[in-house]
Amino acid sequence: MHVPDGFLDAPTSAATGVVAAAAIGVSLVKARKELDDRTAPMAGLVAAFIFAVQMLNFPVASGTSGHLLGGALAAVLVGPWTAVLCLSVVFLVQCLLFADGGITALGTNITLMGLTTVVVGWLVFKGLQLVLPKRLSLVPVQAGIGALVSVPVAALLFVALYAVGGTADIPLDNLATAMVGVHVLIGIGEGIITFLAVGAVLAVRPDLVYGARPVLARRELEIRTSTGAAA
Amino acid sequence: MRNLSTKWVLVGVGVVAVVLAGVVSRFASGSPDGLTKVSEDHGFAGTGRTHQGLFDGYGSLTGVIGVLVVLALAGGVTYLVRRRSRDERS
Repeated sequence: MHVPDGFLDAPTSAATGVVAAAAIGVSLVKARKELDDRTAPMAGLVAAFIFAVQMLNFPVASGTSGHLLGGALAAVLVGPWTAVLCLSVVFLVQCLLFADGGITALGTNITLMGLTTVVVGWLVFKGLQLVLPKRLSLVPVQAGIGALVSVPVAALLFVALYAVGGTADIPLDNLATAMVGVHVLIGIGEGIITFLAVGAVLAVRPDLVYGARPVLARRELEIRTSTGAAA
Repeated sequence: MRNLSTKWVLVGVGVVAVVLAGVVSRFASGSPDGLTKVSEDHGFAGTGRTHQGLFDGYGSLTGVIGVLVVLALAGGVTYLVRRRSRDERS
């Protein structure tokens, strides 16, 4: 979903640039609380992993492909604020080194594919964690569903930005239908990749999955309580 | 598999990233992505402008270089954020 220069007008691009810069600024402060002995070493590698997986376009419909965006994945692995920093680095490197996504559109791309997918992915993940049983095996499923939802929401936000500052006169309902339709399919891929990646780390070291901590803490509490009762 | 040391988990994630960027990326779909296809179908692909990046697109070598640059930058940023918060606590 990398937006090139020229799709959106200058004021809209500038506005998303301000949003992205503000989000990065807040994240630089808030990430301090997330970065500890477990998340800090993971953060750089999670960003590198997401960069690599973003290269892997998978076919979704005839003549169309999609790739991971990674907001939900990063948020569940290292925490949402750190995730915003990780994804911003990914889009910056893609823009400058690979001309993937426009220069004036960098703020738009960070806002759509970094910020939106992190916020939506994390909120859906936390919401599901709240209502479903606190089981470790559900963490990758919740992450996958958060990832699935985040992609069409980002696509819809692009349409909203296009409604404000699109440079061509396109019927917006057609654009919305097309964007959401194809990005639901891409979202399914996003969900599967997120499920597999979170599940893989969880299988070897559940404590390295930031989003699994409430479940782990609860489990330890239960073990302690039961030993306390036995004593 | 349980309780793999942190070092080996990190090495594992790193190796997977390099293999995906360097090898598996050759098998990636060459079709336009969702937004590009929609812009073609709806007649606004022409409004997009491309710029010159440092590399001429994603290849096995440039992909691996990209992975390493992202690792260095994201690792560096998070290291600095963490060091700053530690300094303030002490």
